[in-house]
Amino acid sequence: MRELSLNVMDVAQNSVRAQASLVTISVEESDRDDYLQISVSDNGCGMTEDQVQQVIDPFFTTRTTRKVGLGVPLFKLSAEQTGGSFEIQSTLHVGTTTTARYVKSHVDMTPLGDINDTVKILIQCNPDMDFVFTHTTDLGSFTLDTRELRKVLEGVRLDTPDVLEWISAYLTEQSQIIYGGTDYQ
Amino acid sequence: MKSLAELKAIRDKAKADLDLRKENPNAAKVLVGMATCGIAAGARPVLNAFVEEIAKRGLTNDITVTQTGCIGICQYEPVVEIEIPGEEKVTYVKVAPEMVPKIVNDHLVNKNVVTEYTIGAMEK
Repeated sequence: MRELSLNVMDVAQNSVRAQASLVTISVEESDRDDYLQISVSDNGCGMTEDQVQQVIDPFFTTRTTRKVGLGVPLFKLSAEQTGGSFEIQSTLHVGTTTTARYVKSHVDMTPLGDINDTVKILIQCNPDMDFVFTHTTDLGSFTLDTRELRKVLEGVRLDTPDVLEWISAYLTEQSQIIYGGTDYQ
Repeated sequence: MKSLAELKAIRDKAKADLDLRKENPNAAKVLVGMATCGIAAGARPVLNAFVEEIAKRGLTNDITVTQTGCIGICQYEPVVEIEIPGEEKVTYVKVAPEMVPKIVNDHLVNKNVVTEYTIGAMEK
């Protein structure tokens, strides 16, 4: 994957398939402490301990269309190649949390990329699910919570084009603040 | 600054529009393959290109854009399937954002399949 934001989109898709109603995505990064941590947490169907071991194996998939499942292995690799770590915590019928931790300054660090675009697409394609996205840097933090937006929207759908545009502009604005400038990418 | 007040204004406008619109049972469907293989091959800009092009032409009520999983032809990703009610499903392969306006214009608007972008053309 060219960007970590694409890995996030990929594993978030697993939450969609696990019939989650709420997915929490958090990105925490610090130049001061030289790390970036991504966690994707859902309230979906969860996995048994055996299944958790299986998803790390690239030659395991529940799909019938192909024989490999690379989503989780690629995400794991991206973290471990920077000297970071990767962990899946899952409880059957409760949910799953996937956490990848990176050493930010490592030469093999993949750029985070356009994480806001990932969040926007997830909302757009799954308007009946809720997403909470938090991004934290040395300069600050912001959160987008679709449950809050829903309260304001009073039944108007999250995938209404004007609403998506608002979400996109909000994310851009907030990112600029926590990156301390306009040309953050 | 994007404020919740602004979001409220969008809500009120959307509610007013809603009365004029009805669920469209004949809406065409654009399905973009967004499993690991699709994403890695660049499906995200393709999906964005479809959404933009369809919004630009004011067709959001007639065409829905959504993601789908892997359909097993990873070597041809990004794959886009187009379903128009009453017509055969068409599968476009190795789709790039630059190809999207032509697919929207020729296929979705004018009902002429862009044969050279389809899987049939690729496999020859």
